[in-house]
Amino acid sequence: MTSKSNTNALKVFPRRHLLTCEGLSANEINFLLDLADRNADHIRNNGRKRDVLEGRTIINLFFESSTRTQASFEMAGKRLSADVMNMNVATSSVTKGETLIDTAVTLNAMRPDIIVVRHHAAGAVELLSQKVDCSVINAGDGAHQHPTQALLDALTIRRAKGRIAGLTVAICGDIVHSRVARSNINVLNALGARVRLIGPTTLLPSSPERLGCEVFTDMWKGIEGVDIVMMLRLQRERMDASYVPSTREFFHFFGLDHEKLARAKPDALVMHPGPMNRGVEIASTVADHSKSVIREQVEMGVAVRMAVLEALSAHLPGFAEDAR
Amino acid sequence: MRKPIEKPKSLGTATVFINARLIDPASNRDEPGGLLVKDGLITDLGSHLRRNAPEGANVIDCKGNVLAPGLIDAQVFTGEPGYEHRETLKTASHAAAAGGVTTIVVMPDTNPVIDQVALVDFIQRRARDNALVHVQTMAAMTKGLQGEEMTEIGLLKRAGAIGFSNGKSSVVNTRVMRNVLSYAKDFNALVVHHTEDPYLSSGSMNSGEVASRLGLPGISKIAETIMLERDVRLVEMTGGRYHAATISCQESIDVIKNAKAKKLPVSCGVSINHLTLNENDIGPYRTFFKMRPPLRKEEDRVAMVQAVANGDIDVIVSSHDPQDADTKRRPFAEAADGAVGLETLLSAALRLVHSGDITLSAMLKALTINPARLLGLHSGRLAKGAIADLVLFDPGEPWVVNKDLLRSRSKNTPFDEAKMQGRVLRTMVAGQTVYEYAGVERT
Repeated sequence: MTSKSNTNALKVFPRRHLLTCEGLSANEINFLLDLADRNADHIRNNGRKRDVLEGRTIINLFFESSTRTQASFEMAGKRLSADVMNMNVATSSVTKGETLIDTAVTLNAMRPDIIVVRHHAAGAVELLSQKVDCSVINAGDGAHQHPTQALLDALTIRRAKGRIAGLTVAICGDIVHSRVARSNINVLNALGARVRLIGPTTLLPSSPERLGCEVFTDMWKGIEGVDIVMMLRLQRERMDASYVPSTREFFHFFGLDHEKLARAKPDALVMHPGPMNRGVEIASTVADHSKSVIREQVEMGVAVRMAVLEALSAHLPGFAEDAR
Repeated sequence: MRKPIEKPKSLGTATVFINARLIDPASNRDEPGGLLVKDGLITDLGSHLRRNAPEGANVIDCKGNVLAPGLIDAQVFTGEPGYEHRETLKTASHAAAAGGVTTIVVMPDTNPVIDQVALVDFIQRRARDNALVHVQTMAAMTKGLQGEEMTEIGLLKRAGAIGFSNGKSSVVNTRVMRNVLSYAKDFNALVVHHTEDPYLSSGSMNSGEVASRLGLPGISKIAETIMLERDVRLVEMTGGRYHAATISCQESIDVIKNAKAKKLPVSCGVSINHLTLNENDIGPYRTFFKMRPPLRKEEDRVAMVQAVANGDIDVIVSSHDPQDADTKRRPFAEAADGAVGLETLLSAALRLVHSGDITLSAMLKALTINPARLLGLHSGRLAKGAIADLVLFDPGEPWVVNKDLLRSRSKNTPFDEAKMQGRVLRTMVAGQTVYEYAGVERT
């Protein structure tokens, strides 16, 4: 990235952290998506590392196990030539009683440039960001936010459909526990899409219409005429808590099969943040269907995370000063 | 969602009831007249048929007796499957027919519990092959009635379950109850709940002076009311359709009245036992009077009758609960709860009419159209095109209950040797006569 583009980044994306999608403007989102778009093309056409983050250190601090997101951030960092360190905190000193803030202070003393954090508690990443000097990226905090997932979903849609404004997007399934849903609602609304939430009342947040969405408890009706069907993972541990009676009943009424998908627009896209429960929230044949862009989502994930790292790097000491 | 199927059981020639007193609470009809039945349906009714029978029809002269919609009993415990020695669907249906009951709603407290689609199918098939009356199924709202995991409410409703109950036990886990009400709302499913806090109801009869005198542990009314209050709050939060199965005291009526005043989707029922008996009937530890909820004080009984009369209580049920001699012939505290009641339901209810506490129409309303509306049934009314589920009864005929002559397989009736005034003369289900009083007791 050139000095000019760093200056541009500071103007259009003035944030030091990416903690939430709430409050992101359409300009900010489009800036990240444009950047990611170029990254995606670069990876496809060339694939060679770029030196944007050469000499920078990124720590992937995952308090909750994750393969896909962690690998995606690692790949993104390495493609920008950063030194990436993965810390799986579930097996570290945290289990010996160290608090989140102790961990933050310890890591801060090592002077990383960017920390990517996943935590099982909503708000934990925000708390950590207040205790460190570097940039922080939220890679998922509880049922709160997962900003890069929403951005990669938006990029996937934009590349497939050419636009996002005016599209109708159905987000289906376990919405109440989904950080993906919350982040997507913010991003899609900011970009002018119409968002529908579909699920049993037990899996909808309270006052869902206040989130700026239409709400359906009948999937056959909710999916009618939509451009995008975004399925969410049903967290199986929720079964015992009696949010839904069984995977069989959930699939019958809220799982995406060809019969329900036929109600959407003929060129509708099927999305899923993964990992999928095949036969629970999505039929295997739908997941592998030509309308499914689930693999593209994974690909766009790396491009989006590169874009976010680039945008935040404009704030790194030494980096931004040069640009100014 | 699919409506419960109610097809005429068979086709036949026309039958006309003449010289009847037609009472239909659904249309406020109470007039002398006649009624024509063809192909299982009511095809005509009114005063013009009082003496005129269409040519070729079978004529039944009602001799001025009451012709009303067949009764719908929204709470019937049967022994099938699992406890067939107490009662089967077949024997329960015979008792129902003899009592003027044309639809019974069986509760899920069987063995295995009716908590799966296959069991709803089983009940429907067994009823189709063996029962004289319509049998509807209330499915369990939690797996195994354990109160911890919701059942497949959507699939069970699709299979034909008419409502969802936790049987004789309450769902103590508030979160589960909230989720059941929330989830059931999506399917417009009715949640029917027995309201009794188990931590406050470890006794064996109503708490009070009589219990103290008999040395029996008492169950306070608050055990019922506190659970009902909780449920109403959850209904307010979730908007789920809720029916309190059987309430038993003034305080519970107040809770229901308040909920209805807030326009909440709440209704309630009462058992015929609690309308006609009180705690004093227990006398010297008579276990046939041991019930859940327990029989309360006379003031509560009077309040309940009044609440049926003015519509605060929606539904009267028999709460038919067959228990064999082994479970009843025990010390009071150890004996099983419950009483049979299908065959005596109408006669016992007529006691309230004869005492002047309630009109015949108001009483029948709680036994016909109100349960029909609550459960989404098309029966429970006298109207052209309605299914011909009918009861013909003489409201003045005196008789004495003899438990040995009851059709139920179990004989645990609290009305044994009771003098009744009013009896069923004929019961018709989908145009077919399933019971006819021969003028003498069967032996």
